[in-house]
Amino acid sequence: MAQLTYREAVAAGIAQEMERDETVAFIGEDVARAGGVFKATVGLFDKFGPKRVIDTPISEQAILGAAMGAAMTGMRPIAEIMFSDFLAVCWDFVANEMSKSRYMSDGQLKCPLVVRTGNGGGSRFGAQHSQSIENWAMAIPGIKVVAPSTPADVKGLLAASIRDEDPVIFFEHKSLYAIKGEVPEGEHVDTLGTAKVVRPGKDATIVALALMVPRAIQAADKLMTDHGIDVEVVDIRTLVPLDMKTISSSVAKTGRLFTVEENPRLCGWGAEIVSIVVDELFWDLDGPAVRITTPHIPLPAADNLEDITIPSVDRIYSKILDVLR
Amino acid sequence: MMSIKNYVNNLSDEDLKRIYKKMLMIRKCEEHLGEATKNGAFPGAVHLYIGQEAIAVPLCDQLNDSDWISSTHRGHGHFIAKGGDVKKMMAEIYGKSTGICGGKGGSMHVADFKKGIIGANGVVAGGMGLAVGAALASKMDGNGAVSIIFFGDGAANQGVLMEAMNICSLWNLPMIFMCENNQYSEFTHTSEVTSGKIIDRAEPFGIPKYEVDGNNAVDVWQAAYQAVQRGRNDEGPSFIEAHTYRQRGHVEFEYTFLSRTYRDQNEVELWKTNEKDPILRLESYFIEHNKYSGDDIEKIQKEVQDEVDDAVKFAIESPEPDISSAMVHMIER
Repeated sequence: MAQLTYREAVAAGIAQEMERDETVAFIGEDVARAGGVFKATVGLFDKFGPKRVIDTPISEQAILGAAMGAAMTGMRPIAEIMFSDFLAVCWDFVANEMSKSRYMSDGQLKCPLVVRTGNGGGSRFGAQHSQSIENWAMAIPGIKVVAPSTPADVKGLLAASIRDEDPVIFFEHKSLYAIKGEVPEGEHVDTLGTAKVVRPGKDATIVALALMVPRAIQAADKLMTDHGIDVEVVDIRTLVPLDMKTISSSVAKTGRLFTVEENPRLCGWGAEIVSIVVDELFWDLDGPAVRITTPHIPLPAADNLEDITIPSVDRIYSKILDVLR
Repeated sequence: MMSIKNYVNNLSDEDLKRIYKKMLMIRKCEEHLGEATKNGAFPGAVHLYIGQEAIAVPLCDQLNDSDWISSTHRGHGHFIAKGGDVKKMMAEIYGKSTGICGGKGGSMHVADFKKGIIGANGVVAGGMGLAVGAALASKMDGNGAVSIIFFGDGAANQGVLMEAMNICSLWNLPMIFMCENNQYSEFTHTSEVTSGKIIDRAEPFGIPKYEVDGNNAVDVWQAAYQAVQRGRNDEGPSFIEAHTYRQRGHVEFEYTFLSRTYRDQNEVELWKTNEKDPILRLESYFIEHNKYSGDDIEKIQKEVQDEVDDAVKFAIESPEPDISSAMVHMIER
């Protein structure tokens, strides 16, 4: 095992796949010479050169259009959209093009493409640089949606996304780039569509994603220490395909479900999970399924306002305690 | 030495002195922010306008509150140039309740509708379409107001520029495309990611174009004068490309997250010299032509610095936003 940061795991995942498959190329703004504004792609330009690691203009539509066209014609491109908020600038390619090409062409076309993007809040960047938009992506049939919470998952799931035959939106959380963790040495490829129990427990289930996973684990540890409440934490890892099997077996065991979501409340991904659980596991539930989310607001910039809006360890802890008491 | 040229009758000494003072105000606000951000004095990140002051100020000097400007992530200078309140801007950047947006917008979203400032914008070229709409509204009102989109060389590579130029020309809208070519698209030299000349992109749409030295306030003023008059007289859009230089990074603190330098420090220093820096050039002009003495300039610098210090004090002493404000202003009711 090697200790890597979350951002180093991004470069490691891309490098691993570029080495084994020469059809993998990487394009985006400031990704090559500058090494990426989140330092997530450092060294790739030096290693693979300007033909495969390509700086683009600030032209999001051209980035996704070019990546998609290349994917349709035999390449396996990785495109970076610097901040996930900017996906809205080129959403046509996500919502109308890459997600539908296989289906509309009756399977003639495939689009093996990864769109990497910096997602989420915590940096006080204001409403256009802080959003968690994984639920937008989840709402579109035809794309896969990945959002890892650890360096190992970044490398493994990124490799799996690159090898996947379908378009994948790969959400990296900006507030996780600096975290460190063990990453398996050598080739590491994970499996899309698999959730993971990251903290076993028996009294309640928290389902969380990305930055909310470490916060959920901390809240669970505190609930155990302070009150002996033993909470299981499930890291969803990929929203599409959604691993309901892992989530359902956890809820069946604990009888309680909490979702912890950074996306705004309405139509957040937790609503979908709660609806499936209520539909399929109603008689296993010992109480209401509860969603802990960012309110349905654009993220404010001021320190205190951003802090109270995104679910914190304290808020997760208090909410679960209130509900379970 | 490059000197101020094209000094013509329609720009008086008083005009130029007023422009200089406002440029200085922007410079000193930005210098403060560049320092204060090192100590984490305010939330988020700031993109500073230092070196580009001779673009926003001479243009906005010719505008009224009823004219609209739409700005960028590098928007503090545009905000001040258009008459935005410096105290309220500073408080906004400091994330305080007294900020122009109550602390909810932050540096990249300063806006003051009463002053015709549609707002800074966190999305590159995000303000382009909005400026078209403001120009359309002015045209429909027939009030002679003009609309300005400030955008950089980076934004010139967004497709919406083509859409905006087409509509503005087709509908003969009172729009000014003010491209501030500061040579860097974030961390990449514009020549690496841009084909042809940006200004030539106006040509096929039949939009008159003015290419100017963006570090020469007089040059910019003259071009802006033509463009503003065209707008006021219902003669349609204009395109100005002002060549300038981004003296600071794309964003402050960038070397905490970048892995390597992307430009030569000597290049940066060159643009800070008396020959290149827009404020030093104006000062040299004033002194050479006996418009101001060195003492006069020192006095003005102090006046401006005092005003900036007041604004900073106001920001620091202002209360944080009330927590409840996070849930306010979502919708009308």
